[in-house]
Amino acid sequence: MPPAWLRPGTRPPFKLPSWPWRITWLYLGLVLFLPLGAITLRAAGVGPAGFWELATTPEAIATYKLSFGLALLASLINGVFGLVIAWALVRSSFPGQRFLDSLIDLPFALPTAVAGLALSAVYSSENGWLGEPLHRLFGIKVAFSAYGVGVAMVFISLPFVVRTVEPVLRSLEKEQEEASWCLGASSAQTFFRVVLPQLMPAMLGGIAQGFSRAVGEYGSVVMISSNIPFVDLITPTLIIQKLEEYDIDGATVIGSVMLLFALFSLLVINLIQVWGQRYQATSSAVG
Amino acid sequence: MTIIIPELQVYEPPKAATSNKGPTLRSRLLGAIIPVVACLYVGLVILTPALSVIVQAFAKGVEPFLENLSSPDLLSAVKMTLLTAAIAVPANTVFGLAAATAIARKKFRGKALLLSIIDLPFSISPVVVGLMLVLLYSPSHGVFANVINSLGWKIIFSWPGIVMATIIVTFPFMAREVIPLLEEEGWEQEEAAKTLGANDWQVFWKVTLPSVRWAALYGLILTTARALGEFGAVSVVSGNIIGETQTLPLFVEDAYKQYQTELAFGAATVLGGVALVSLLLKLLVENLLEHDKKLHQAKTEG
Repeated sequence: MPPAWLRPGTRPPFKLPSWPWRITWLYLGLVLFLPLGAITLRAAGVGPAGFWELATTPEAIATYKLSFGLALLASLINGVFGLVIAWALVRSSFPGQRFLDSLIDLPFALPTAVAGLALSAVYSSENGWLGEPLHRLFGIKVAFSAYGVGVAMVFISLPFVVRTVEPVLRSLEKEQEEASWCLGASSAQTFFRVVLPQLMPAMLGGIAQGFSRAVGEYGSVVMISSNIPFVDLITPTLIIQKLEEYDIDGATVIGSVMLLFALFSLLVINLIQVWGQRYQATSSAVG
Repeated sequence: MTIIIPELQVYEPPKAATSNKGPTLRSRLLGAIIPVVACLYVGLVILTPALSVIVQAFAKGVEPFLENLSSPDLLSAVKMTLLTAAIAVPANTVFGLAAATAIARKKFRGKALLLSIIDLPFSISPVVVGLMLVLLYSPSHGVFANVINSLGWKIIFSWPGIVMATIIVTFPFMAREVIPLLEEEGWEQEEAAKTLGANDWQVFWKVTLPSVRWAALYGLILTTARALGEFGAVSVVSGNIIGETQTLPLFVEDAYKQYQTELAFGAATVLGGVALVSLLLKLLVENLLEHDKKLHQAKTEG
């Protein structure tokens, strides 16, 4: 006897997916899967040996070091200050708090070209409000150097940690801290042993998001950097330079490296979120 | 009837724990320092650059600023930007609402994966988005080169490429804002409408859409703001032909590179103004969203 799904009459009639599903898949196919397919196809055409060679040219490695290194530094700086800002927004009240709150979102809202223009103006070592004193007093040239790239990355990754830590900090129960004080812990002990562990998943998630954003950032960095290879050239700009030189394979391979990094960072961010939810769930179950 | 809630007593830890005055003084000092540090940092990193754009744009007064704004190249860049947004935003709105109604209330294998896929454009570098479009549609080395050439279309270095790049970079916003809300609300109202004889379209138009209107509006604002300001992806596919395929953000960069600093700052102020308006609208809609949520809670509890 044939299996149930092969017998006539028992097989459920084939049903077209509903309209929302059809639109969703068609759109995702055209807008996301097709372009992803194109880059995969081209990268596969290069072959593993060629891929490795093009992905690890000295020029490319120099840009990875700069892009990933500075992005990590920028997101860590913002990890610390993001916590301070979130603390100021949640735990204290001062005049202008609301204004500070809306300023945080500016790097999300401001087009990156405007951010780049603003930063290269402020950090110009000739007449910038901050760049000129820095140059005169410390001899540091910020605009058109690797420092400028770092400054731009700090700017665009600032909101992430603030916005991930803020809701968690708001939901923390004050009783835990009071319990900790009552049991004789100092404020430093309370902070590091009671508060910080609970904020950790949110902080790490925010840092990872900021890092991922800073690595991929192009608009603001390209305007404040002088885009010289081995000095202050970032990976996205290298892709554009390769395209302009009609080195399509080179651009594709480096683009694929960035794409793989994007997929990896998405995975890590999701894992951190799952970890954070588990943390929240157990802590509320215990509390 | 008004309910009088007695004021909560602030619980003071017993004296024994804080008997020495040291830590309290220190923590009080810390409490004062934290807002100061936060304000200084944000002032240095965000406020100073933002202010400098405005100051530079109006450095020579209002009249030269307005004169700069009427430069024909700038006006054509504004037109290009508006055209891009006029196509990309409605297209992404339709997709976002469709994806949200399709995904939000169903439980299926791979739902988390699908949601991550929708989020993908947020983590891909905009430059890579542009590169993928070039690899697909470039007339010399794209996958579809033959088709495009035989049809005589022009996608890369032309407006369709710019629109596509903008669509890819902005499509997650709408779905992301609407999906969590729909997940929270549940099916009951739609089922009621269906048993009363409404068809799918009526259910969507009269029940689903009104219940997510503020989230949808929020998504719309974010999509529009990003669509008007997108730079990286667009710069790869536009070819930056002045007066033809140049959008406003590309115009800012180009004018700055050509040492037409005032023109660059003028255009940047326009874009910055749009960003400010979008921030204000976002705040407004956030308040409306909160209000609706409270109303909803009150209804379900009462």
